[in-house]
Amino acid sequence: MSNKYTEDDLREELKTKEYEYGFYTDIESDTFPNGLNEDIVRAISKKKEEPQWMTDWRLEAFRVWKEMTEPEWANVHYQKPDFQGISYYSAPNSKPKYDSLDEVDPELLATFEKLGISLDEQKKLSGVAMDVVVDSVSVATTFKKTLGEKGIIFMSISEAIKEHPELVKKYLGTVVPQKDNFYAALNSAVFSDGSFCYIPKGVRCPMELSTYFRINQAGTGQFERTLVIADEGSYVSYLEGCTAPSRDENQLHAAVVELIALDDAEIKYSTVQNWYPGNAEGKGGVYNFVTKRGLCEKNAKISWTQVETGSAVTWKYPSCILKGDNSVGEFYSIAVTNNYQQADTGTKMIHLGKNTKSTIISKGISAGKSQNSYRGLVQINSRAENARNFSQCDSLLMGNECGAHTFPYIEAKNKSAKIEHEATTSKIGEDQIFYCNQRGIDTEKAIALIVNGFSKEVLNKLPMEFAVEAQKLLEISLEGSVG
Amino acid sequence: MDLKEKLLSSFLVFENQIDIDTYVHDVRNDAIKIFEEKGFPTKKEEAWKYTSLNKVLKEDYSVFPQQENAIEYKDIKKYFIHDIDTYKIVFIDGKYSSHLSQTTHDGIDVCLMSSALTKPKYRILIENYFNKAATKDSLSSLNTAFSNEGAYIHIPKNKMVEKPIQIVHFSTGNESATMLQPRNLIVADENSYVQIIERHQSLSDNPVLTNSVTEIFANKRAIVDYYKIQNDNSNASLIDNTFIKQKKESVVSVHTFAFGGKLTRNNLNFFQEGERIDSILKGVTIIGEKQHVDHNTLVHHIEPNCESHQDYKGIFGENSTGVFNGKIIVEKEAQKTNAFQANNNILVSDKATINTKPQLEIFADDVKCSHGCTIGQLDESAMFYMRSRGIPEKEAKALLMYAFSNNVLSSVKIPEMKQRITKIIANKLGVDIGFDL
Repeated sequence: MSNKYTEDDLREELKTKEYEYGFYTDIESDTFPNGLNEDIVRAISKKKEEPQWMTDWRLEAFRVWKEMTEPEWANVHYQKPDFQGISYYSAPNSKPKYDSLDEVDPELLATFEKLGISLDEQKKLSGVAMDVVVDSVSVATTFKKTLGEKGIIFMSISEAIKEHPELVKKYLGTVVPQKDNFYAALNSAVFSDGSFCYIPKGVRCPMELSTYFRINQAGTGQFERTLVIADEGSYVSYLEGCTAPSRDENQLHAAVVELIALDDAEIKYSTVQNWYPGNAEGKGGVYNFVTKRGLCEKNAKISWTQVETGSAVTWKYPSCILKGDNSVGEFYSIAVTNNYQQADTGTKMIHLGKNTKSTIISKGISAGKSQNSYRGLVQINSRAENARNFSQCDSLLMGNECGAHTFPYIEAKNKSAKIEHEATTSKIGEDQIFYCNQRGIDTEKAIALIVNGFSKEVLNKLPMEFAVEAQKLLEISLEGSVG
Repeated sequence: MDLKEKLLSSFLVFENQIDIDTYVHDVRNDAIKIFEEKGFPTKKEEAWKYTSLNKVLKEDYSVFPQQENAIEYKDIKKYFIHDIDTYKIVFIDGKYSSHLSQTTHDGIDVCLMSSALTKPKYRILIENYFNKAATKDSLSSLNTAFSNEGAYIHIPKNKMVEKPIQIVHFSTGNESATMLQPRNLIVADENSYVQIIERHQSLSDNPVLTNSVTEIFANKRAIVDYYKIQNDNSNASLIDNTFIKQKKESVVSVHTFAFGGKLTRNNLNFFQEGERIDSILKGVTIIGEKQHVDHNTLVHHIEPNCESHQDYKGIFGENSTGVFNGKIIVEKEAQKTNAFQANNNILVSDKATINTKPQLEIFADDVKCSHGCTIGQLDESAMFYMRSRGIPEKEAKALLMYAFSNNVLSSVKIPEMKQRITKIIANKLGVDIGFDL
């Protein structure tokens, strides 16, 4: 027998070997080894105790992803992440599920403290319910009861898969299909956790819902999945804020956010994003490749507001599909880039229904050696009678080593469409600075003042607590860009 | 055999036929290699996202029209601006027609590309300017490879050309389908001034594909006024590649009047290589049926204190498609640049489409750049005002559309030319009124 050992036998043996020792099946470990294959996908699903349909859904996405190539059309340059060099699952050290904050690992709490977020304070003062996500597993959910009374479901998506499979099954992937793009497919295959929110018919959510995402463990990409469903006639305002501790190596963040606004519903989605942007030499920093999209049914409204100050590379286009008649889409954005940051961000407004309206206000601020691009699409389909769009993209340049770019695409197929687009690029006027200096305001403060004025239209759209935070963030991000 | 293969194989024959000057010979050989490698552009390329050449390339074009065709002046008089005295350079099926032309060597050179490429006295100029502005994209390279005939205009220093120059390319349609590749070179030396009118006209309903390249060099303080009239038959397609290099303090304006043809693609590129340059790009597009017009402009600001002004108006009816893709690049060194771009469109029919992509890429901080883009309808109240004063709907509409495009027309410097364009617009809008009331 042994002398007839052929290549086929060897292949057979290797196959069985891998099957026997499949290195990723050890679901007890808190961090999976690096790399991605079908076993990993299965293991993630198993670890999360997901039903079979979810596992299949992930596998389907993984198979599509394998066939796809990374998009290169964006106006950013970076070293491509090695997708086999990333661990696709990691949980915080102590096992999750606490009833109160006291049980949470004190070290973790200390991190929060450093970031200036105290859960207690948040709870008491701002009445914000938070679903805190630390490296993929939710450790604390507050105000669940209050929300529960109204019938609002606000929980992590893995819980939702178990507790409300009918809702998840019905809506997951309907706005951002698995094969939508490279990163959406990757996220669909390996998403670890995220938030799920359902507002029942006619309910107005009494508080701002918020989630904090953080990247805590070195070398783990974070793949969040958010699904917000506003049933007929309901209203919700959702806040998402991101801060990340300093890290030296590039971290990948590829999230997917899906919003569904049914008839007469309204969703307001606000983001303050401050991932680690890399140091002043452009080393390190987070890659932020996010797919965000909302679907509006009849008379529904989706409003995206974002303040982007972080990440080494940002690639993000929160979009609205205005499917129902009279639906409204809005996009307000401030993107600040400094040092070697690169941002390619914007929106897509797809007008399908009659009398649909969209507004785009985008403010780009570039300083240092950064590149800031606005990329947007306004599409009026042939059946979208009386569609209306107004877009405004303003760029502010500081110093002559940065760049500001606009790539607006406008496609109109209906004669009743009214579209306006305008863009300007300018710098901070010397006279403006002089005016401030003259009145005893130093140049750095003056710039902060002018930048805040420049971004006011967008800042005004943020919920109060966020607006204050965002203003501070703008100042911090532009520190040292004077000169 | 598809068109690409056909072109590649006929290149060998073509190279043997013509006089081989070593410099141009090398340029042609390099160019055909680029075309061989890149092929015709497809919709996958960003610059061609909204324009597909597939339908146009399907025809079985004859690449070198065989027979010489003569046409009578009276038959084609209407295609000229004939009420003023002009120089004329006329081509029929790509071949020079001496009896229709009026060229000169008196003080200025208004003559042929073929002689400029072959005669020793032009050699230095050709080596300095030929293919020096054109980019290495596939279609321009294809034209370069087959460059042989076209207009050659050289205006020496301090010379003001007293009458406009008309460049007209006719195609007779004696062959079932014709492909033409004219190549024009215009050099305006220091302090010179010239007005040029260019037109491509097909005289039959047989398909024509023109892939034209025009290189314009405006040296120090030169002023060049260039007008393109595109009002061709519904089977004629035009890919017009224009490359303009400007030196210090020069002013170049290009007006493009796109009123027809099956598919029209204008690649208009400005490169500013000096300070205090002004570049003006204006266009009016009025199309209907299944016509397709694509304006693809680039203004590259390389040096400080320059300006550029773009103003494109479009009116799209029936099943027509309009594309505007305007790109402004401001380099790091190009401080104090003023760049403006406006693109306004009216959709008249529900089946018409407009795709527009005004694009800014800015690397300098002390600049004023803006672009505006609108898609809308005629003002209802203005319509009502006119209707209530007894102006019929059609005429009222036409008046409003004329007013809409008047911004562009008002900067045309040749009055006869303006009249002619006005007439064409009236014709396009189906009304019989003079707008100069």
